[in-house]
Amino acid sequence: MTIDLKTTSVDPVRKTFDHIAEKIGPDKNATRYQESVWGLQPILNQHYRPTWDPTKTLYDMSRTVVHMDDFDDLIDPRQYYYGTWTIRRGKQQDSQENNFNFVESRGLMENVEEVWRDKIRQIVLPLRHVAWAANTNNSYIAAYGFGAPVTSAAAFQMMDHLGIAQYITRIGLILADNDPEILIDTKALWVKHAMWQPLRALMEEAMVTKDWFELHVLQNFLIDGMLYPLFFDRFDRVVTKHTGAAYSMMNEFTVEWFGEASRWVDGVIKRAVQESETNKVHVQRWVTTWTPRVQDALKPLADAAFEEGSGEAVDEIADLLMVRGNKIGLDI
Amino acid sequence: MTDKVFIALQNNSEAQAIIEAILEDNSSAIANESPGMVKIDCPGRLIVRRETVAEKMGREFDLQEIHINLISIGGNIDETDDEFVLSWNS
Repeated sequence: MTIDLKTTSVDPVRKTFDHIAEKIGPDKNATRYQESVWGLQPILNQHYRPTWDPTKTLYDMSRTVVHMDDFDDLIDPRQYYYGTWTIRRGKQQDSQENNFNFVESRGLMENVEEVWRDKIRQIVLPLRHVAWAANTNNSYIAAYGFGAPVTSAAAFQMMDHLGIAQYITRIGLILADNDPEILIDTKALWVKHAMWQPLRALMEEAMVTKDWFELHVLQNFLIDGMLYPLFFDRFDRVVTKHTGAAYSMMNEFTVEWFGEASRWVDGVIKRAVQESETNKVHVQRWVTTWTPRVQDALKPLADAAFEEGSGEAVDEIADLLMVRGNKIGLDI
Repeated sequence: MTDKVFIALQNNSEAQAIIEAILEDNSSAIANESPGMVKIDCPGRLIVRRETVAEKMGREFDLQEIHINLISIGGNIDETDDEFVLSWNS
């Protein structure tokens, strides 16, 4: 007797949820990312208006002047949802922890000359307050934004900034042999030292910016886009040249994160600008009004960080950022 | 018939990005879905590009990762860091 083995395939009735199929077509396989962010934004049946802003509904797309036919189109090219994001950050945390342990256990920062330890104290440590402001700003985007793809990614961006603030704090504690006094001194610098005041004023202005998309452009594109290359690339290189690689090792996450987060920031702006000429005009207006402000806020810090050509460093970085802007469809 | 190359991958969410990338980069490739597996046939030459897969996945992709979901292939392999090419040497 012979037995024939046959395979029978059972086609699933549907490949994904109906609201996802509506967007990608009925025969396509949806990704986990698409299933986790699309259609999550509450739109209907908002019976009561919030007492704190009765002119709008609880979730209202008019909280920005940028208009999208479908806010679900503002997707994250990294395709982060809670699972993928936590797994990735968990791995990075392990490696960052190893770096800190390596530097600490061998006392690598102890051998660094006092001049450079002091520079790190003055120039880098107050950035923990900047990162906290960025955390608050992204929390605003997550709260008042519209469409789960952009609000969930903003929530990740918010936590990433908190992580960066903590890593900067770790650098401070390593410099001070775990004496928390250094953090009090850092706050005094941030609040009182003249060179930090323009940036502090800018961060505070960002905190009261009402249009969440404008805040996204200001905080995530302009401020981060200039600050991170300036301090975590240029300044990092100067410090490394004088003190060895120990300091740079402690910034590994921050540098890696900036490259990755930029993809999200660019992706969202690019898609919004593609949507309509009006969106493009708004985004360009924000870029042109805020760019000089960000440059001015960074210049006194660049003066303190670099001995020569500090003003040029900021201008060069601004130029590079505008190249990035042109790549995503802006004419600036 | 002999000039056809093929690649068979497991049908899971990770391989989905690879399959989409292959179909995008090889216009004459045809995907045949079997239970748990997707077999892609292509006349002559089939290319898997690292960049396209990375874009579909939303993260960096090392071409060697393809082996995690690879079931079988037909054809001679020519492999670099950026491309994985199947063809028959004639």
